[in-house]
Amino acid sequence: MKARVTVTLKSGVLDPQGKAIEGALKSLGVDGVSSVRQGKVFDIEIDGAEKAVVEATLKAAADKLLANTVIENYRIEIV
Amino acid sequence: MKSAVLVFPGINRERDMARTLKLVSGVEPAMVWHADTELPKGTDLVVVPGGFSYGDYLRCGAIAARAPIMDAVRSFAAKGGLVLGVCNGFQILCESGLLPGVLMRNSQLRFICRDVYLRVERSDTPFTRGYNAGQVIRVPVAHGEGNYIADGETIARLEGEGRVMFRYAAPDGMIDPNWNHNGAMNAIAGIVNDAGNVLGMMPHPENHVDPAIGCTDGRGLFAGLAEHLAKAA
Repeated sequence: MKARVTVTLKSGVLDPQGKAIEGALKSLGVDGVSSVRQGKVFDIEIDGAEKAVVEATLKAAADKLLANTVIENYRIEIV
Repeated sequence: MKSAVLVFPGINRERDMARTLKLVSGVEPAMVWHADTELPKGTDLVVVPGGFSYGDYLRCGAIAARAPIMDAVRSFAAKGGLVLGVCNGFQILCESGLLPGVLMRNSQLRFICRDVYLRVERSDTPFTRGYNAGQVIRVPVAHGEGNYIADGETIARLEGEGRVMFRYAAPDGMIDPNWNHNGAMNAIAGIVNDAGNVLGMMPHPENHVDPAIGCTDGRGLFAGLAEHLAKAA
């Protein structure tokens, strides 16, 4: 099974990298950008036939390692 | 003082730390590999040194915090054992849940390598008994992710319980945003856990212990620890 875990910063957490990218986009003349937040994407291949079981495994993986839940949220998709 | 210095792949400040521990306490520390599951018998101080464990992959300290040896460190700390984390060591302690909060990218997005001034907030702890409260010390920093962040409730608790040990300050001890080089909340450079036996700090006191370097302001931390442990023994 293929899955994607997306990790993003919680709202309210300052993201200096996102701010720098936002500034760079503006200086490139990309119009209309009001905010950029940087995150991470993990594409994972995982054994298992049952979606619910795989989701639970990935949730544990995200809580234990992939995300720091003090500052980050995550989303799991089976693709 | 029977100290143990943890060694993770990618760590590069463990020898500075070991040299300082030997210099100040007279006793050679044990170097403990990350894949070990036990600390040497009789260990009374665990030091998590600085460097770039696992190349800072994923998040600084994230992978080291899940290494096998960290379970032993957690149970050592739960029994009241003293744990010191410096730089990447501070990041590892935060990631492992031994300390609250996170070290984020420096607010100016630059890696900072220079001497900074720290105001020592308390002198009545095993880590800071070698200093006077309010004393200003000069120690080096070398990090890209040292910007301490925690939620409002955690910051209020840290401040209310007097758990901030070191703050970035001007040379005269005033807290000034111009001297808070990484943008840390409340200029926090070092904190302890709720029991007071785990200290994490971004600056490197171990690099200012030898007169040959020109400054020995970091010595008080290690001398204080050695004194505390000698009395406890």
